[in-house]
Amino acid sequence: MIETIVSAINEGAKYVIPLLLVGIPFYGLVVKKVKVYESFVEGAKDGFTIAVRIIPYLVAILVAIGMFRASGALDLMLTFLTPVLHLIGFPPENLPLAIMRPLSGSGSLGLLTDLVNEYGPDSLFAKIGATMFGSTETTFYVLAVYFGSVGIKKSRHALIAGLIADAVGIFSAVYIWSPVVLTFRRTLLSSDIQ
Amino acid sequence: MLNYIWFGMILIAVVVGTITGNIDAVTAAAIDMAKTAVTISIGLIGIMALWLGVMKIAEDSGLIRIIARAIKPITIRLFPDVPPDHPAMGSIVLNMAANILGLGNAATPLGLKAMEELQELNPEKDTATNAMCTFLAINTSSVQLILPATVVGLMGVVANQIFITTIIATGFSTIAAIVAVKSLEKMKRFAITGDTEDD
Repeated sequence: MIETIVSAINEGAKYVIPLLLVGIPFYGLVVKKVKVYESFVEGAKDGFTIAVRIIPYLVAILVAIGMFRASGALDLMLTFLTPVLHLIGFPPENLPLAIMRPLSGSGSLGLLTDLVNEYGPDSLFAKIGATMFGSTETTFYVLAVYFGSVGIKKSRHALIAGLIADAVGIFSAVYIWSPVVLTFRRTLLSSDIQ
Repeated sequence: MLNYIWFGMILIAVVVGTITGNIDAVTAAAIDMAKTAVTISIGLIGIMALWLGVMKIAEDSGLIRIIARAIKPITIRLFPDVPPDHPAMGSIVLNMAANILGLGNAATPLGLKAMEELQELNPEKDTATNAMCTFLAINTSSVQLILPATVVGLMGVVANQIFITTIIATGFSTIAAIVAVKSLEKMKRFAITGDTEDD
């Protein structure tokens, strides 16, 4: 059942962009008599300025993240955190991904690929990892790009709130796949999940 | 906040890099990433232009206003400082819709458009407003219904099992984002000061 829903949604998703690209100008030109070509060009002009405005913010964030990653500080954090994680039932195998996720999209995708290659897509580590990946965002990058595009330098509570959301997503991913929850889910949806 | 985290990452990188002997890699990463940042930004120009162009049509034809009005009951609670019929609301809704559908390429330009419109309402141009922080936090919590194509590609058939768990985890993280951002915005620490002092 779930397989059919998932494939139907994925199939439908293919048409979303084409539909928007034809639907919005259609509504504009046919229904509202807007000069769609002129409107498009007018709006598209801003693409360049916004993209260029982001550069300094993105350089600042990405350089710091790149240095942090290259120094081996991540491995050091792992060594310290592993014993703590055992206590709360967080698999150490998933920790690098959890730390990397808010920092770097390509870095965390690489770590997820490692998990899948190392343990197989059917392993608990890969399932937890993929759930983590899907339920969190590269918070630092989004902050730099979104705030940078309008020149916001003082981000106030946005970063903390974003990181709290990431942490909740990451821990949810772990505990959703924990044995207790898994048994509970199996009894509930015995035909669907497995 | 960002000041300390930013400097902290660089400091830790240099100290750890020196101890572990990775200092050359640290230097190389700094230079590499500076280049990457520009490549990413330049790569955005075309996609940005495309979606901003389409958005302008939607705006000129009144579509954005219609969308903004339709979802008013939710947005006035999330963004009480933004007038319900303001175009920013339409852009915010479209950005979230693009995120939910897993259209990352479309989501960023729509989000930046929303930021630009929120900035029009901002009296302190270099400081984020409550609405901006709320919007950003919801965005970083990754509201998502459709799995990223990369994950589907990686996981193969197992992706079907990830589908529901991802929606649940995303739901929790989005709720956490809203609760966090709404409670933090009231704290004195994060108040809009107006002077040069940073958080």
